[in-house]
Amino acid sequence: MRFVDEFRDPEIIQKTAEEIRRLVDPARHYRFMEVCGGHTHAIYRFGLKDVLPSNIELIHGPGCPVCVLPMGRIDDGLSISKDPNVMFTAFGDMMRVPGTQGSPLEHKAGGADVRIVYSPSDALKLARSHPEKHVMFFAIGFETTAPSTALTLMRAKAEGIRNFSVFCNHVTIIPAIRAILDSPDMRLDAFIGPGHVSTVIGCRPYEWIAVNEHKPIVVSGFEPLDLLQSIVMILLQLRAGEARVENQYKRVVPWEGNKAALRAMAEVFELRPYFEWRGLGFISQSALRLRDAYAEWDAERRFAVPGVRVTDPRAAQCGEVLKGVLKPAQCKLFGHECTPEHPIGALMVSTEGSCAAYHNYEHRKELVKSIQSAA
Amino acid sequence: MAHGAGGKASRKLVEGLIVPILSGQAPPSLGDAAHVQFNGASLAITTDGFVVKPLQFPGGSIGELAVNGTMNDLAVSGARGQALVVTFVLEEGLPTPVLEAEVRAMAEAAGRAGVSIVGGDTKVVEHGKADKMYITTTGIGAPLPGITVDPASVLPGDKVIVSGPIGDHGITILLARGDLDFEADLTSDTRCVLPLVEMLAATAGPGIRWMRDPTRGGVATSLNELARDCGLSIALEEELIPTRDTVRGACELLGLDPLHIANEGQFLAVVAPEYAQTALSALHAVPGGEGARLIGEVREQPAAAVLVTTRYGGSRIIDMLVGDPLPRIC
Repeated sequence: MRFVDEFRDPEIIQKTAEEIRRLVDPARHYRFMEVCGGHTHAIYRFGLKDVLPSNIELIHGPGCPVCVLPMGRIDDGLSISKDPNVMFTAFGDMMRVPGTQGSPLEHKAGGADVRIVYSPSDALKLARSHPEKHVMFFAIGFETTAPSTALTLMRAKAEGIRNFSVFCNHVTIIPAIRAILDSPDMRLDAFIGPGHVSTVIGCRPYEWIAVNEHKPIVVSGFEPLDLLQSIVMILLQLRAGEARVENQYKRVVPWEGNKAALRAMAEVFELRPYFEWRGLGFISQSALRLRDAYAEWDAERRFAVPGVRVTDPRAAQCGEVLKGVLKPAQCKLFGHECTPEHPIGALMVSTEGSCAAYHNYEHRKELVKSIQSAA
Repeated sequence: MAHGAGGKASRKLVEGLIVPILSGQAPPSLGDAAHVQFNGASLAITTDGFVVKPLQFPGGSIGELAVNGTMNDLAVSGARGQALVVTFVLEEGLPTPVLEAEVRAMAEAAGRAGVSIVGGDTKVVEHGKADKMYITTTGIGAPLPGITVDPASVLPGDKVIVSGPIGDHGITILLARGDLDFEADLTSDTRCVLPLVEMLAATAGPGIRWMRDPTRGGVATSLNELARDCGLSIALEEELIPTRDTVRGACELLGLDPLHIANEGQFLAVVAPEYAQTALSALHAVPGGEGARLIGEVREQPAAAVLVTTRYGGSRIIDMLVGDPLPRIC
């Protein structure tokens, strides 16, 4: 299969892995954060840790939109779905994420009209074909998905479709990276930069990480070879004592980003003064809301939303895991109270969440190792 | 709904609630069909409900599935289906031609599979209380001589064989629902696998340890059930697993794993290593068996888990499906 198999070629992967082994300083411990949940998923799915030297530690970053969404927002969105005239639509990623009163799928089982859509424009299509209903799209995602929400809203406005609204949870990646770097217990050597977000925002917004924080950042693709090559590029920078923004994912990411997408976002969205992130707390200017010109399509203004704030269960250590301070298995609830079937924290829900990825692909392997070493 | 998706939740429901009440004891290992002694003879029996949406899809329809599905459950339990009975649950207002088309599809599928449909029942429920039509088929079969299907007989070193490319049915259905704006040249793999199973039994009978048709929950779920039942590890090599590019492509786009996607015309077999080559050649000789491949083997460790090894030496544990496979977007 083109554009996939080339990047999974065992021979080239072995060569690249050898190059990594040649470049690492055996006396040094490296801590690289992969910002994006898609990278976390790929690292586990392809078993890349088996290929890397043991002194390279990969730390999972905050780039999983489902994982960073606080429970209160889910409750708020689902409270609207209780209106029998409302059709609640969201990506498949959202469907199992628990609020305090259950997940969207559980609301569906309870009789709410909850549907999976594959793009916001599909939600708009539902609004056109169900004029008797109000179709609300529960929007999540970083700059990767925000432009498609923006374009859908522009179309809804142009066509005058009034039975459609967006409950906007779009967040932006740069403030999250800043919050991670500001965290005192975090020591990182470099970043594997998010691939899909960068197709929209380009590479310039990361320059402060190199200039002010003196850390290399390499924007990376999602195939095994992409990730390994990005690690080579990081190691070369570290060896040369440099800190630059580099683009490994050139086949998809233009350095300047996607200007049309950025224009659409600017037309529809403005920054919220602050927004709560699960695990990271309130971060100023880190999320988007609809501009006044789109107030009519803003679910938060059209419906009475309770605006609840829900703190995570005290025993759950989602925040520490999200910031990379703890490994998933070090959380007290991991694998006992919190499992993919009964997730307590959102990191256990999305396959891009580090806990679910760890649980699905890695945890049992380690369990086996520990049993073997004990025997 | 996760309880019906064939993965972990389904198994919990069956083992945790239904079996203990009905059988009054802890569940034994659950096969695809029960083999019971009756008047000194052994008899295989199984039942299956079909609620697929849409009713018709490229490569098949609910009627065809209802015959093949039950025949396949009997086949992989080591039995040849002899007779089926059928129950239709129809939604009020279902156009007669739709029903007629499905009854015809059943008759044709039964003819191809060499089984008679000997009885049945029809119920009509109010409009809105069912989704067009549901079909349940129950089948009895005669055990194929000389083979035993038992997870407890599986040993380290045994080989895992799949009868053909995986994921065709699940992806076909996903695309046929029309929610995704992409089209692919793909059809469901629905078919009766009995001819393949019979050939396997005839040529490698004593080497057969276990068989299963990986329907809902896919290959990963079936093999996890085996791993749990036998307490051993199933080690698959990713590059050996036959998967069409269309299925792989759709899975890459949607963030799904082909190993979790449903099949309706394939089966998995674990055979003793000395029979592996014979078994594979035998399957290749049957029309429709050309795609059979050896995909892995049974090992001692990691116990009760399925391990997938990638071509470049990485590995991952793959679990049963949790809930429905939900496409990832962001």
